[in-house]
Amino acid sequence: MLITELKAKETILSALGSKVFVINCHGCKEIRFPEQEANALQKELSAAGKITGILTTDYICNPENLKLQLDGYAAQIRESDTVLVFSCGVGVQTVAQLLQDKKVCAACDTYALPGYQGVTPLEHDCGQCGQCYLNLTGGICPITACSKSLVNGQCGGAKNGMCEVDPTMQCGWERIYQRLKQLGRLDVLKCPVQLRDYATDERVNKE
Amino acid sequence: MRITELFDNGQFVVTAEVGPPKGIHAEHLVAEAKEYLSGITAVNVTDNQSSVMRMGSLPTCVALKNAGLTPILQLTCRDRNRIALQSELLGAAMLGIDNILCLTGDHTKMGDHPQAKPVFDLDSVSLLHTVCQLEQGVDLGGNPLVGEPPKFAKGAVVSPCSESVDAQLAKMERKVMAGAEYFQTQAVYEPEKFIQFMEKASQFGKPVQLGIVIPKSAGMAKFMNNNVAGIHIPQEMIDELAADKEKAKAGITGVEIAARVIKACKPYCQGLHIMALGWEAKVPELLKLAEL
Repeated sequence: MLITELKAKETILSALGSKVFVINCHGCKEIRFPEQEANALQKELSAAGKITGILTTDYICNPENLKLQLDGYAAQIRESDTVLVFSCGVGVQTVAQLLQDKKVCAACDTYALPGYQGVTPLEHDCGQCGQCYLNLTGGICPITACSKSLVNGQCGGAKNGMCEVDPTMQCGWERIYQRLKQLGRLDVLKCPVQLRDYATDERVNKE
Repeated sequence: MRITELFDNGQFVVTAEVGPPKGIHAEHLVAEAKEYLSGITAVNVTDNQSSVMRMGSLPTCVALKNAGLTPILQLTCRDRNRIALQSELLGAAMLGIDNILCLTGDHTKMGDHPQAKPVFDLDSVSLLHTVCQLEQGVDLGGNPLVGEPPKFAKGAVVSPCSESVDAQLAKMERKVMAGAEYFQTQAVYEPEKFIQFMEKASQFGKPVQLGIVIPKSAGMAKFMNNNVAGIHIPQEMIDELAADKEKAKAGITGVEIAARVIKACKPYCQGLHIMALGWEAKVPELLKLAEL
């Protein structure tokens, strides 16, 4: 099981531009989706005239399916400066992969619970760390794409762009750097020092 | 003595690096350091370098300090979580070790205990941040320290000849923002690349020590080119090492090459960091040839 929880409202709002396209994933039944909170926030954004369109669907982690759906919303997406995704980390990464020129933001943090993890393809992975970093990394997960799960940038161990630990794997932070450069968002690398919070597992378990 | 004071005084700071033994005797290391490294400013002590288990950096630093040398404690995030790292820093300060170099560390899979758990609770950037917190008298959990807080010269590393040098500069900036006060670089063999790097890195206003590894042979050079991130030895240098095997074996060719690189880069940096990798005995000759 996974739990997705909305990030703090200020955190989400500070990530957004003036025009937002929203994607909701109501996919796996193994994932708890914060539907009420998400709806409330989207109503608020809509009242402020910020929303260009909303796509509510399932299994956005399936790239072929998602691509077809996104094609149907091309105009609304083009009109937006930010795509805000309410899903687990895999969903956000899939959207970011398909919309490489768009700022794609995660509205949720994903926490792990014991049990079946749902159906997701293998291309992207979510570490269910409870502190989704995708808004700081151009939609590429540093927890799963970096062998050391570093959250403050590359380690210097990459050779020709490949990870020293697994030479068949591209350096996750090299990918993040290139993606941020492509998006014109290298300034996010000047964000405050990031620290992992391993207490989050326990917090979920206590609830 | 914190080496940041020397940088502040405009001194060209020369350091070298030694690796602790895989055993319980440090006498040989200390004797060699005294004989060959007494003329330089400070001596880095590696922290289970390349993830190969050895004696700890901190006790080795103390042994060097007792012998009259100025040690720099290298601290990696591979083996210890934030509790152990902070505890080590307090212990270092108590023992009078006030120069540190903060690194993320190689992955455990690269070393001689690939089965070990890689920790990386912190990384080079968050470790620097943690040191600054301790210096403010507060630990990373927000709890006050008792009594006088520690004070360190906080160093970090950067790779000027990396193929992704812009990403390296971005990371360097993060380290500066997190509190890094000086930098030691990965080994440089291409002065033109280093100079280009320094043109960009000088904006951060932090002293940079040129990293030097004395090339021991053509084979070692090729190995580093194929396996070590951020190092590239041009083919002409490899040819030079291969041209006279006896001369290269005696260390003369490697020392000549290293001295040339130092001379070309010296006007653009604030110090030199020598990674002799067992060739500590060549350091005095290298410094002489480089006119330092």
